[in-house]
Amino acid sequence: MIPDGSSFYGKDQKSVSVGRGTRKRDEDSGTEVAEGADEWAQSKATVRPPDQLELTDAELKEEFTRILTANNPHAPQNIVRYSFKEGTYKLIGFVDQLAVHFSQVGNLIPKDSDEGRRQRYRNNLVTGSEESAKLVISEAEVVEEEDEPKEAEAGSQTDVPAAEAAEKVAEELMTPKQPKERKLTNKFNFSERASQTFNNPLRDRECQMEPPPRTNFSATANQWEIYDAYVEELEKQEKTKEKEKAKTPVAKKMGKMAMRKMTSMESQSDDITKVTQAAKIVERMVNQNTYDDVAQDFKYYEDAADEYRDQEGTLLPLWKFQNDKAKRLAVTALCWNPKYNDLFAVGHGSYDFMKQSRGMLLLYSMKNPSFPEYIFSSESGIMCLDMHMDHPYLVVVGHYDGNVAIYNLKKPHSQPSFRSSAKSGKHTDPVWQVKWQKDDMDNNLNFFSVSSDGRIVSWTLVKSELVHTDVIKLKVEGSTTESLEGLQLYTVGCGTAFDFHKEIDYMFLVGTEEGKIYKCSKSYSSQFLDTYDAHNMAVDAVSWNPYHTKVFMSCSSDWTVKIWDHTIKTPMFIYDLNSAVGDVAWAPYSSTVFAAVTTNGKTHVFDLSINKYEAICNQPVVAKKKNKITHVQFNPIHPIIIVGDDRGHVTCLKLSPNLRKMPKEKKGQEVQKGPAVEIAKLDKLLNLVREVKTKI
Amino acid sequence: MAEVEETLKRIQTHKGVIGTMVVNAEGIPIRTTLDNSTTVQYAGLLHQLTMKARSTVRDIDPQNDLTFLRIRSKKHEIMVAPDKEYLLIVIQNPCE
Repeated sequence: MIPDGSSFYGKDQKSVSVGRGTRKRDEDSGTEVAEGADEWAQSKATVRPPDQLELTDAELKEEFTRILTANNPHAPQNIVRYSFKEGTYKLIGFVDQLAVHFSQVGNLIPKDSDEGRRQRYRNNLVTGSEESAKLVISEAEVVEEEDEPKEAEAGSQTDVPAAEAAEKVAEELMTPKQPKERKLTNKFNFSERASQTFNNPLRDRECQMEPPPRTNFSATANQWEIYDAYVEELEKQEKTKEKEKAKTPVAKKMGKMAMRKMTSMESQSDDITKVTQAAKIVERMVNQNTYDDVAQDFKYYEDAADEYRDQEGTLLPLWKFQNDKAKRLAVTALCWNPKYNDLFAVGHGSYDFMKQSRGMLLLYSMKNPSFPEYIFSSESGIMCLDMHMDHPYLVVVGHYDGNVAIYNLKKPHSQPSFRSSAKSGKHTDPVWQVKWQKDDMDNNLNFFSVSSDGRIVSWTLVKSELVHTDVIKLKVEGSTTESLEGLQLYTVGCGTAFDFHKEIDYMFLVGTEEGKIYKCSKSYSSQFLDTYDAHNMAVDAVSWNPYHTKVFMSCSSDWTVKIWDHTIKTPMFIYDLNSAVGDVAWAPYSSTVFAAVTTNGKTHVFDLSINKYEAICNQPVVAKKKNKITHVQFNPIHPIIIVGDDRGHVTCLKLSPNLRKMPKEKKGQEVQKGPAVEIAKLDKLLNLVREVKTKI
Repeated sequence: MAEVEETLKRIQTHKGVIGTMVVNAEGIPIRTTLDNSTTVQYAGLLHQLTMKARSTVRDIDPQNDLTFLRIRSKKHEIMVAPDKEYLLIVIQNPCE
């Protein structure tokens, strides 16, 4: 646009200078003429401002020299400084003429400084790879350029894959290089690298089956459960041991059969049978509740009035045992069980010759007064019974028809286990008394029986059969007569009672219907050891004293009770009781106490140490007057007696303290208890009597 | 079998007895002489109590076992006789 300056200045030098001069002058005016307006200038005339100085030509030609100096116009020219040396202000000649128009802090670092070196190092690292990449890229580019003309059409396509390839190659090159170079673990140098892969699509696959059947199970682990488990284990072990011992396969089979039968039976039975035990217990509980006061009396009641009654005692009625089935049968026998003190046996039958019917054996427990524990019935009336000392489950019974039978309480049968019969030598008349003996030498059970047919028979249980042996025949003395052909006929006495001596085994007493008492021995079968003319009527009972070996007692329907010393033919004591005496029994706790029952319903208790001549207790026990008491028995442990009557009732009575008196304690001396004391007591009494007698 | 039946009958007809019931090991009544709702109630409650009582007794001495349980209340007495598998419950009014 601007024309060539040389030409411009050449031409218009003057004009320019003028222009400059004018310009100098017109510094204030400010209007300028464009230097490039050369073409116009010709057309244009120089314009003069109206207020321009008018100068003469001479003045116009005057030259003014102007010198450009490098002096800073803003710099002060008269700086004065105080000089301490001279103590005056001095003018400074040199003034700094430097004027800073623009300053900027740059970021250039010298190469050799620390920072510079560091940066160079870093750059080398990067640039090294970059350079190589650049090299590759440049090679690729070269390749590209070469390929381009060849594959111009697919250029765009190859570009991308080639670039990708290049990148990949670059990356590949870079990645192997990186582990070679030492990685700087500077946190400032952290670079994150991520890549995303292609995710596989997820799919749920399920399968459902039938759930297994579930039951809830809970158990406790107590000490007793553990104990039970151990006990079971022990039992199993013992069983296996037993099985090993019994090796015979037959036995095993039998065992199995039995087991099967058992299980089938159990499953058949309506499960009610398993409640038997519990039912029994509950029945007793219920009875206890009903007869609560009676039970309390039995245990704890002691008649306080006895202190005031010096020589008298009373009998407190406790329970009454009766059964519908045995209502019309008289009580013919009573016996306490030697092992279980609350269990006693009652034999029912009839004393009436005309009215003979069936018989019953009932066993009651005091814990259950309303129903017997065991019931056995028989065709013929039971006249007597006895329980074995060592086997308390064996009860021997004598019948009115002369048979004897043994009942086993352990077995549930209502029939006797063993029974005598006409073939096996039963009695021909009622059996009045049976008594167990000690086992014989072959350990067979053995008992004696006495009957009206005059025979005393010893029965032995040999291999589940009753074998009898006639021990003695009760011949009436003086009745043996000789008959034809030298046979000796004799009248046979009827035995009604017997008792065996406690200590002298072979000796026993037999009472007869004629009123005589024979002392016999088991070994001598033909002769009696002794004979006592005891009573005028039939002897109902004989009994040895439990303590004193010499003393025995007898009672009879002739209203008397007599006490004997077996060495002396005449009785020591005679008691008349105003009525036929049914039974007598010694007390187990004292040698001087005994009880007698009469047919007028009274019970008499005697204590010889207190009153030698009279009963200390004389009490009607049975309600109705026509009720005859038939038997009495003392309980071996508890202070009670049972009394049976002919209506089939058994009443249990408690003895008051006066009836159970023990010898008084003397101060300073120990109380001696035991048989010796009792014997001594009785001896004293006997001696008194004997003295009297001898005197007489 | 008849013996047990007879015994239960005797218990039921005894003086003062209000009701008897036989409950099995799970607390389900098998036999009863009372009405259904009462029976179920008694059975459930007494079963638990008996288990507890037995557990107590045996915990103290594992060789021991519960023979029977008597609960005397103002109105009557409940007697429970446990067995291996069964429970016999009797309610009696011991008229005093």
